Amino acid sequence: MLNSTEAIYQGIKSAGIDFIVSVPCINLKELLIKIDKDEEIIHIPVTREEEGLGICAGAYLAGKKIAILMQNSGLGNSINALTSLYELYSFPLVMIISHRGTEGEPIIGQVPMGNVTSDLFSILNISCKQIKTPDEAKEIVGNSWNLSTELKKPIAILADINYW
Amino acid sequence: MKRYDAINEISKYISDELVIANIGFPSRELYEIKDRNKNFYMLGSMGLASSIGLGLALSQDKKVIVLDGDGSILMNLGSLVTIANQQLKNFILIALDNGAYGSTGNQETYCKKTNLLEIAKSTGFKNVYNYNDIDFKTILSQNIEEPIFIHYKIKPGNADVGIIDLSPEEIKSRFMKSI
Ligand SMILES: Cc1ncc(C[n+]2csc(CCOP(=O)(O)OP(=O)(O)O)c2C)c(N)n1
Repeated sequence: MLNSTEAIYQGIKSAGIDFIVSVPCINLKELLIKIDKDEEIIHIPVTREEEGLGICAGAYLAGKKIAILMQNSGLGNSINALTSLYELYSFPLVMIISHRGTEGEPIIGQVPMGNVTSDLFSILNISCKQIKTPDEAKEIVGNSWNLSTELKKPIAILADINYW
Repeated sequence: MKRYDAINEISKYISDELVIANIGFPSRELYEIKDRNKNFYMLGSMGLASSIGLGLALSQDKKVIVLDGDGSILMNLGSLVTIANQQLKNFILIALDNGAYGSTGNQETYCKKTNLLEIAKSTGFKNVYNYNDIDFKTILSQNIEEPIFIHYKIKPGNADVGIIDLSPEEIKSRFMKSI
């Protein structure tokens, strides 16, 4: 059976994503290692998610298929870029997000952002999908880039604590 | 010298380079001085000019010039750290430092005291210059192995220029086609 990390990785590869920025989450640890090793993917660790979205936008202008790997807390650091850069210029983007602060979360500090994450995406009018199983993850991530370019806007894929 | 004159001076040497222009008057002034398909005008996302330029430089070979402002650099200081840590043969960040948030009425920034050039050095930039000490044309034509940071000290003040009458979609698509 596919493991949780491998499923997302295979999805990224079949989507053709070749430019990724990241801010770590413990749940992304293995995925970040795989992406770093992959010579077909440019991987740039960034200091803040908003900065990462700027870098992705520049890469897209040069024809890259772009994604960000982040924790949902980073959505709070991204709102202005998602609106006044991505929405304004109709840029696509795949956001692969470790969704913390959901049921079973051991760290209390994750809960407030965890609670509002889906609502924030809905206000932003950005489609956000929960992935529940590796098989589902592979398919949804695999289709993500095409969907995002069709919609001409970012899409978010959320993997909560139980996914990993 | 104010921002308009500085952009005018820089523009004399720009030929095939891709230019990212900061939000507000920097973009508007460049648009008036030398509009071209290879200019990307920022209409929002203050602070992200250098980040957009970085993504672009990492993804293709043409030289990228970012016309940034001191206030905007302060808003995204982490960007200098990320840029300084990349091996880039095609990236030039010009900090048009008027010590003010020019586009919103010239409120002072902390760059009156804090020195952006010293910050850039300490983040790890190896190629760091004052614009007034260099021949920009020579710098532009050099082969480089690391990103360049150029500090251009200027006076506050916005030129009497119009707005950019291009839609975001037009700015994006003509830029992408020109690469
Ligand atoms: C997130 C955000 N905060 C504030 C503003 C308002 N704003 C637009 S331009 C600007 C000043 C930018 O100053 P600087 O980068 O120094 O460039 P200058 O106009 O002086 O050349 C400000 C504060 C904004 N557009 N976005």
